[in-house]
Formats: sequence, structure tokens, C-alpha cells
Amino acid sequence: MTVLKSTVNPNDATFIANHEAMTAVVDDLRAKLAVIQQGGGPKYQERHLARGKLLPRQRIDKLLDSGSAFLEIGQFAGFECYEEDVPAAGVVAGIGTVEGVQCMIIANDATVKGGTYYPLTVKKHLRAQDIAARCRLPCIYLVDSGGANLPRQDEVFPDRDHFGRIFFNQANMSAQGIPQIAVVMGLCTAGGAYVPAMADESIIVKEQGTIFLAGPPLVKAATGEEVSAEELGGADVHTRISGVADHYASNDEHALALARRSIARLNFQPAQPLQPSAVKPPRYPADELYGIVGTDLRKPYDVHEVIARIVDDSDFDEFKQNYGTTLVTGFARIHGYPVGIVANNGILFSESAQKGAHFIELCAQRKIPLVFLQNITGFMVGKKYEAEGIAKHGAKMVTAVSCAQVPKFTVLIGGSYGAGNYGMCGRAYDPTLMFMWPNARISVMGGEQAAGVMAQVTGDNLRRQGKEFSAEQEQALKQPIIDQYERQGHPYYASARLWDDGIIDPAQTRDVLGLSLAAANNAPIEATRFGVFRM
Amino acid sequence: MINKLLIANRGEIAVRVIRTAQRMGIQTVAVYSAADQFAQHVKLADEAVFIGPAPSNESYLVIDKIIAAAQQTGADAIHPGYGFLSENEAFAERCAAENLIFIGPPTSAIAAMGSKSAAKAIMSEAQVPLVPGYHGEQQAADFLLAEAEKIGFPVLLKAAYGGGGKGMRIVANKAEFQEALEGAQREARAAFGNDKILVEKYIGNPRHVEIQVFCDQHGHAVYLAERDCSVQRRHQKVIEEAPAPGIADATRKAMGEAAIRAAQAIDYVGAGTVEFLLDEDGSFYFMEMNTRLQVEHPVTEMVTGQDLVEWQILVASGAPLPLQQEQIQVSGHAFEARIYAEDPAHEFLPSTGVLNHLRTPAESAYLRIDSGVVEGDEVSAYYDPMIAKLIVWGETREIALGRLIAGLNQYRIGGVKTNIDFLRAIARQPQFQAVELSTRFIEYHQQQLFAASAELDLDYYATLATLAEASYEQQHSDRNQVWSQLQGFRLNQAAVYQLDLLHNEQLVQVELERSGDGWVNRRQPQQHYQVTRQDDGLQVRCNGQQQTVYVFHSGHDVTVFTEQASVTFTRHLVADTLTPSAAAGSLAAPMNGTIVQVLVKPGDSVEAEQALVIMEAMKMEYTIRAPVAGTVTEVYYQAGDLVADGAELLSLEEDAE
Repeated sequence: MTVLKSTVNPNDATFIANHEAMTAVVDDLRAKLAVIQQGGGPKYQERHLARGKLLPRQRIDKLLDSGSAFLEIGQFAGFECYEEDVPAAGVVAGIGTVEGVQCMIIANDATVKGGTYYPLTVKKHLRAQDIAARCRLPCIYLVDSGGANLPRQDEVFPDRDHFGRIFFNQANMSAQGIPQIAVVMGLCTAGGAYVPAMADESIIVKEQGTIFLAGPPLVKAATGEEVSAEELGGADVHTRISGVADHYASNDEHALALARRSIARLNFQPAQPLQPSAVKPPRYPADELYGIVGTDLRKPYDVHEVIARIVDDSDFDEFKQNYGTTLVTGFARIHGYPVGIVANNGILFSESAQKGAHFIELCAQRKIPLVFLQNITGFMVGKKYEAEGIAKHGAKMVTAVSCAQVPKFTVLIGGSYGAGNYGMCGRAYDPTLMFMWPNARISVMGGEQAAGVMAQVTGDNLRRQGKEFSAEQEQALKQPIIDQYERQGHPYYASARLWDDGIIDPAQTRDVLGLSLAAANNAPIEATRFGVFRM
Repeated sequence: MINKLLIANRGEIAVRVIRTAQRMGIQTVAVYSAADQFAQHVKLADEAVFIGPAPSNESYLVIDKIIAAAQQTGADAIHPGYGFLSENEAFAERCAAENLIFIGPPTSAIAAMGSKSAAKAIMSEAQVPLVPGYHGEQQAADFLLAEAEKIGFPVLLKAAYGGGGKGMRIVANKAEFQEALEGAQREARAAFGNDKILVEKYIGNPRHVEIQVFCDQHGHAVYLAERDCSVQRRHQKVIEEAPAPGIADATRKAMGEAAIRAAQAIDYVGAGTVEFLLDEDGSFYFMEMNTRLQVEHPVTEMVTGQDLVEWQILVASGAPLPLQQEQIQVSGHAFEARIYAEDPAHEFLPSTGVLNHLRTPAESAYLRIDSGVVEGDEVSAYYDPMIAKLIVWGETREIALGRLIAGLNQYRIGGVKTNIDFLRAIARQPQFQAVELSTRFIEYHQQQLFAASAELDLDYYATLATLAEASYEQQHSDRNQVWSQLQGFRLNQAAVYQLDLLHNEQLVQVELERSGDGWVNRRQPQQHYQVTRQDDGLQVRCNGQQQTVYVFHSGHDVTVFTEQASVTFTRHLVADTLTPSAAAGSLAAPMNGTIVQVLVKPGDSVEAEQALVIMEAMKMEYTIRAPVAGTVTEVYYQAGDLVADGAELLSLEEDAE
């Protein structure tokens, strides 16, 4: 074992300035989250409560074991994506324990536009199912939704990863033995009716839950039949006559208790390929990450200082410590689980890329989960590097990342630009879970660089036409590009579009990873078969 | 010489006797009923004999079975303990007839003291002071009234053959006399099969002071100081102490000598207790003599340094008393608190169940616990629900009292309700500390004694229960290590911990939020709590005050022990409180069939689940039950009718809620 020795001085002026800057962005994150957690706001919440229903987060709290952690995903989904506010994209999702079983919980928020499915609602629901399928987590759907958002039907209905995929996933997860439990606590109309209908077991709340393919207005329009929602598809109808639902609940609390009872009877055995060892906390406080990292992405820091605050006992056995040093690789444990850590400590060179590929192969071979700490501007450029084949070395790392069958967890702790994002297991490389720090940025290249490239191309064009390209013109061209990149590369923008699974307080990184590892440990780890490595 | 001793008892006294016998090198035989198969006295004894079913009148009270057990095991002596057969004349006689040593007084002494009126006549002759009264045979109401007037009201009516408060009445004046007498006679007849009544002067505010006497077979007698057992609840002793505080040495000596006279008057042998009423003016009156070892004998042992069971065995073997009167020294002060499985908040109803949590203070030279149970044992409904006796000693009464309170603080029992909080409330009562004792102590101070439990801050105790859960690593299983360690983790937010608890059907909801290294209660008042684990307890700091708290979980129950009180909550489980109703039943025929019987008629009001109609189909009977409480408005069919599947059989109007 090698215990990392921190050289951080918490009284240093830079440390203090960094700490303040990071505190400010974390505070902003928390403030925005507090608003998001109000769902549709006090007016709609009061109306919801007045019907004797619980709010989605209350439902989740009551469904979970007392004191269970709840690893929420997609908190910022839909943030400033539509003209209207759609907090959390109208659906709360995350992992928590129910009767000791880790479950994926997907709860519609009827206070947000009636719980209807916006494009990002669909994306979030599918993402939650994807995580559940990969980690083999039983799914509990707390249904309270008016179904597809009709004005946006073209973005939610027809395509492969649209509404219908929800049921496809339910059927296939059920086929794989991943339990699917639905609790109908409100509307469950049209396509939504298939959530309980396709569930392994379903519960419906008296006088609240309704399931029907067409609601009373549509029935009247279609056939002229006049019927109340309760008569058409209420709890009594579905538990006594139709058999669409299995359990009759008196109210929300009762329904959640019945859901807990169902989970308790699953006889569900997690695979547990990893055996956690006794947990030792890191030797340095997590909140020092604020002072080490700060928010200025141009200021370098030693990523060992970050690792020392994430891994058990700050114990990190480095692999190829003296080779390709801009990529730090090594073995550690997080909350007892063995991990291989791949962390950027500067730009990627040919050596660092080869080292990364080697290390990922090692972890895949040994079935050790990978944790990527991403802070990368990209691969080194220039004649020398192209000549030594940096493209094929980078490709080796991308091949390794793509094919590795171990659980992969990516945390964007700084910049995530260009091919660096690929080699470091960006979203396209299917990390089991992926998180972003609030100081991080993600884009194809930095805003300055993109603006510079655009200015270069434009200037060259103008000059070819014999026209002038003044410094003012150049600035006028560059600034909007810089602004656009800053806006689109921001964690709120990224997380709103579910390019990641959430923005996290850096101080919670270790805990988030620990919970993620435990969740992934429900599924077996398959053997890896790599593609052709270009040598 | 006794070689093998059978203990015809159970529980703490059996254990206590076995311990002394074993120390003296005597083989021991336990007897046990079906309920006591795994009891401590059975485990501890060298041999054990099964003597029948749980009810004591089929086991511990059956003389033949006890004698047979002694003969079968070759025991040469029987110790009866207290209760059961300890004061049973026939049993003592039978022992003698079977050549078994009965560790107790001669049959004649038991007989002499068995009838209160006969006992008093003997005492009167022996010049033992008696409460003025009429103890004669004449029972005419007019005569007894005249006697009462002679004594002077208020008077006490008592059953001549009885005890335990049955057949007892206080009569304040002449007008109440007739009714009280009839009541006392009725009770006496029912309880003891004899309605003979004694009339006595009623002493309003007495103390109960009793003298431990010991006599050997050679005519020697000593007294081993006195005990004050004034703190009583319905004639049940609650806390006893020795010596009796605040008594003049002359009174003490006079009582001791009177007690010896009493014992000698009936040729007593062995351990006995002479109970006196001590009036406020220092005069004392003979109440009764108990011809056995008393429950509270340990306080005497603590202040005299003697083992009374050892004395009993020696005396029964024919040895002379180990000490003479002047050799008996009293040193310091001792208390005994009787820890019972009972519910003080509900008229001390016995509480039965498994002692699934039992933590006791450490025993030492000044703290002794006499108990017949260990964790996991059951307090059954068949026997006295006493769990243990906590006995403490101190150089002074004040020190001993401090140790009593400390000992009660460290006594933690889960699984049954106990009187520990009540005992502590008594020990802390200033009047108890100030020796303002009387047999009516509990009655006088009941408001303060019961207020403590009535005014419990349930929110606070529920918060403590939640803090304990949040602080302990609850390990569902290894696979959830992180999930259980990161209690209440929430992404980008403080951790939360919520618990819904029930106490006496009252719902208490707690919501804690992580704050720094502690927790804040989200509900008012928003206190900050810091918790550190210490051994099996928790140190809880709040508002600069620190308290040690113990929390015990058993199934869905959680019990919080503080130095003030213990409170048991049950987790609020919705599924337990709600049963689906509307969908549960229907008034429609479940299939084609024949009506067998219609059990209701229009206008009947029915309870939920009440049977309404019985029908037969496919050779099976089906009962149609009311889905909800309501009133039958119409009945559509009668017996013999054929009905089709789904046909409504009757209509029911649901009661408005």
C-alpha cells in the first residue's frame, strides 16, 4: 500500500481563493436544486396535497428504508430547456434501498405539467431504466402522469428512444429477471397504462389511481359513452374486474407499504462479483477539494491530491508511476470496493495513451471497476506527435475504454474536450454512471480555441478576397462563439440534456462513487473481449 | 446434617437458595413446571425434577409432587422459599411425616400464626403490643359496631383468615359501618371461605416496620435489626430499607425484644418476621408474623453481613444460632427495589413477554441483584411477575439512596413494561429522601410520581430513537455496506433521516437533517444534536448538555432509556394500520348458485365483514360479507332462489364516517 501524502496548505492564498470560488458554484448548484425540488411550485403542490396525495419526493422517502441513501440521477434534467419550467423533467429518479434491496425508483411529478412526458422526461426515464438494466436493479415506478406531452408528440412518440422504449425496456428487464413493480398513484393514461400493465406486479390507489387506454374525454369523443374516470379505470375496476392491477391500496402510504412488501418477497439475489473490504475514510478532508481544484480550468493542480481525498485511507498503488505521467493510473478502494483509477494530470501524449490502454486492459482482465477522473483538454497536437502516431495510440485507449466490460464511472472534474473525452470514457463510451463537478466544462474544444479556429478560417477567407479583417471584426466574431461555448459547455446545460447523470458537489464524490459501485455490484461482471488494437 | 436440599420454589428465591446451599457444599435439587423448563434455577441446580403443568396449583403447590421429587432424588431437606408452600401447615406436617427436614418453623408455629385472631390472642398474652380492637368470635353486626365505637372511629375491618388486602375495609364513621362490614364479609367468604371479621383501631399514617427474628432448636432467639417497608402499593411492598431510618434506639430495642417475645410465645424455630405498625408518636403495634424468609431479607443481610439462608440451613440441621444478640452489628444502610414486569401507567397490570433486552448494573460489594431470569427468558402469566430485586448498600442512607438511583439508571429492560421509572420516581421524591415515610406514601405523592411518565416529551424521546438509528451502522447485509453507512445520503444536500413512531397509539414523526458533525431536528424546536457512541450507549449533546442514552431495538419496537425514563415506541407501519376495505367484498354472487340462507333483513345495521348471505355453488358454500359497516336497504333474494353470477344479492348503504 502507498498512502498518498498531501502537500496542500489550507492557509495558502490560492487555496483560499479556490475554496471560495468553488463554494460559490456549489452554493449556486444547491440553490438551483432547492428550486427544482419544489417541483411545480407551491400552488400545484398544495393542490396535489389537497387531493390526499403525497408529493413525489415524499413518496420516495416513505418507500425507502428509514435512513437509506438516495442516489438521485438527472436532478437538472430539463433545466432551462423549454419555454416553460419543467423541474427535474417532471420525473424524480434514483437508486435507494427498499427492504434492503437496492432499487431504481422512477416517480412522476404530477405537479409539473401533470407529469406529462417531455422529450427529456422520456430520455431521463429511459436512462434510469438503462442504469437499472445494467446494474440489475429492481424497478419501482410511481406512476402519476398524463402520458406523452401532446404538443411535442413528434419528439416523444415515434423514434427508437422515445416513449415506446419504456415498455420495451420493462419487457426485456422482466425477461432478464429484473423485477418491475408499478404503483399507480394518479393518472396512468394511454401509453402510460402499459407501465402497470407490463409490470410484474402492480398496485393501485383507491380514488387516485386510474388506468385506461383512453380517458373519459376521448371515450366520449370516440363512442359517445359517458363514464367517470373511476368507473372507467379506477382501483376497484382494475383489482376486482379487469385484473390490470394486483393490489388495492387505500392511499399513497398504503400503496408504498404494499410496494415494500412486494420487494421484500422478491427472492432477489444480487450477483455481487466484488467483495468490499473494511472501509477506511481518506486521510484528508473532502472539502479541501474545493481549495485544490478551484474553478479556473486553466490553473493546473496535481490530481493525486484529488485521489487522496476520494479513495479509502488515501491509499493508492500507482501503476507505471514514472511513465506517461500526464495520465495517472493505479489501484485503490472506494468504500471498500476495488477500483482502477484513470485520472488526467495534463494533456494526453502517446505514452500516456498507451499506459491508459494497458491499465484498462489490466482492470478488464481482473474484473476491477474503472473510475475516470476527467480533466482533459485533449491529445497533444503537432507534427512530432502526429508523426509518432498519437492518433493510433489514442485509438488504443479508445478501443480499450469502449470494450472494457467492467463497470465504468466517469467524473468530469475539470475540462472535457475533444478526443480526450473519448479516451476518458465520455458519455458515448457508456459509463455505468457519469457525473460532473459544477466547475467542469464540456465541449468539442475550448471556447477560445473554437473562436480562434473560426477567426482563422474567416480571416483567411476575407484576406483571400482581398478584404480586411480588423481586430474589432475578429473580436466581434469570436465573442459570440466564446459565449456560446461557455453556455453550452456549462454543467447546467450539459446535465439538463442528460449528457451526464448529474452534477455533484465535489465533496460528495467519494460517497457518490461508493454508492454507484455498490449499485453496479448487483450485476455480474462479464469477461471482456477487446477489438483490434492498432499497433 | 443436610446433604441434599430440594428447593420447592422457582425464580429468584430458588436461585438465591441454591447459591448458598452450593457454597455450603450441599447438593441441590430444583423442581420445575412446564413453563420453567429452561429457567435459571433449573440450570443452576445439580438436579431438577419436572413436577407438572405451568399453573402452580398443578405443580409448585402440589404437596405430593414435591415430596415425591424429594424422595426420588434422595433429598433430605426441603427449602420452601417464600410464597407457594412456605407457610402451608399441611406441607410442613407432611415433610415431618416423610422424614424430610422442612426448612422453616414447626407446624405448630405456622398454625398459630395462620389465623390472625388466634395470633393476636397469643401476642396479647406475650405482652406484644396490639392495635386496640376486637378479635373475638362474636360476629353480630350490632356487637361489632359497639366494639368499633369502643375503639373509636376510624376503624379497620379485616378478614380473620386472610391477607393481601382482601376482605379489608376502613370505616370512617358509624354511618358507613354496616355496608363496609357486609362488603368485608362477602370478600372474606369468597377469598378465604370464612367470613370472620376483626375490628381494629385504624392508624391513619403508620409506617410498616418489621423485625427479622431467628430462633434455633435450643431455645435461643435473636433479632437482626429491622426493615422499613412503608413504601407500599396496595399492600405490596415496593421499596424496602434497613435499618428503619429516623427511629430512636429505645424504640428499636423495644420492637426487637417484643418480636423475640412474639417468636418465643409460639416456640418459633428458624427465620421469621414480626411486622409492626409504627405510629407517628413512636408507639408500635403487632400486625402479623410471617413464618418464612421474606422477599426483602437481603437488606438485612447487607447491613448485618449475614447470610440468612445459611442461618436457616444451620438451624434446620440442629446447629445453634451462629451469633448471639450482642454480636449482631448493623453497619450502614441498605435498600431493596423490587423490579416488576408491570405497567404503572395502567394500574400496574402485569406485563408478560420475553425479556429480549436485559442490562443490569455491575454487581459489587455494595450492589447486589437477586434475579431468576436472564436475557431471553420469559415473564409468564403463571407466576409473580417480579424480574429482580436490586439491593444496594451505603455507609449512610444518603449514599445508599444515590446508589439505588444510579443502579436503577443502569437497569435496562426491553420486551416487557417495567416499574423501573416508577421506582426511580419514588427514590427521587424529596419526601422519600427526607424520610417522610408512611404506608400511604405512594397515595400521598401519586401526582408527582405519575406525572413524570405522563409529561414525557415524546418528541424528544422519538428524536433520541432516531438519532440512535442514524448513528448506528445498520447492517442489512454486507452487500449494502455503503448504503447503510451513508445514512440518509442525499445528492447535493444534507443527509436526512425520517422515522415515524407510535407510542400508545400516538404518532410521533421525526425528521432529522445532517448538520456539521451532528443532526438538526427539522421540526420545532430546531435543536442541534451531537451524538457519539460509547460502549453500547450514546452520548447525546444538545444545548450544551450531555446525556447518556441507551436505545434497544426488538422487531418493530424501539426502547429509549435515559436517566429520567424509558419509552418504548413501535415503528409506524402503514400496512399494519390499513386494510383495504372497499374492494375486499362485494354484494354480488360470485358465481351461479343457490341461496342457502339470508341472514339479514332490510333495516338491519351491519358491521364490516358481517355475514349477510350464504349461497351454495359447485357443492361449496360461500358467505357474502358486508364490505363496510352500513345499513341493509333491500334484500333481493330469499333462501332457495337460484342466482346468476354477478347478480346483486342485496343493497347496503354505507355508514357515513
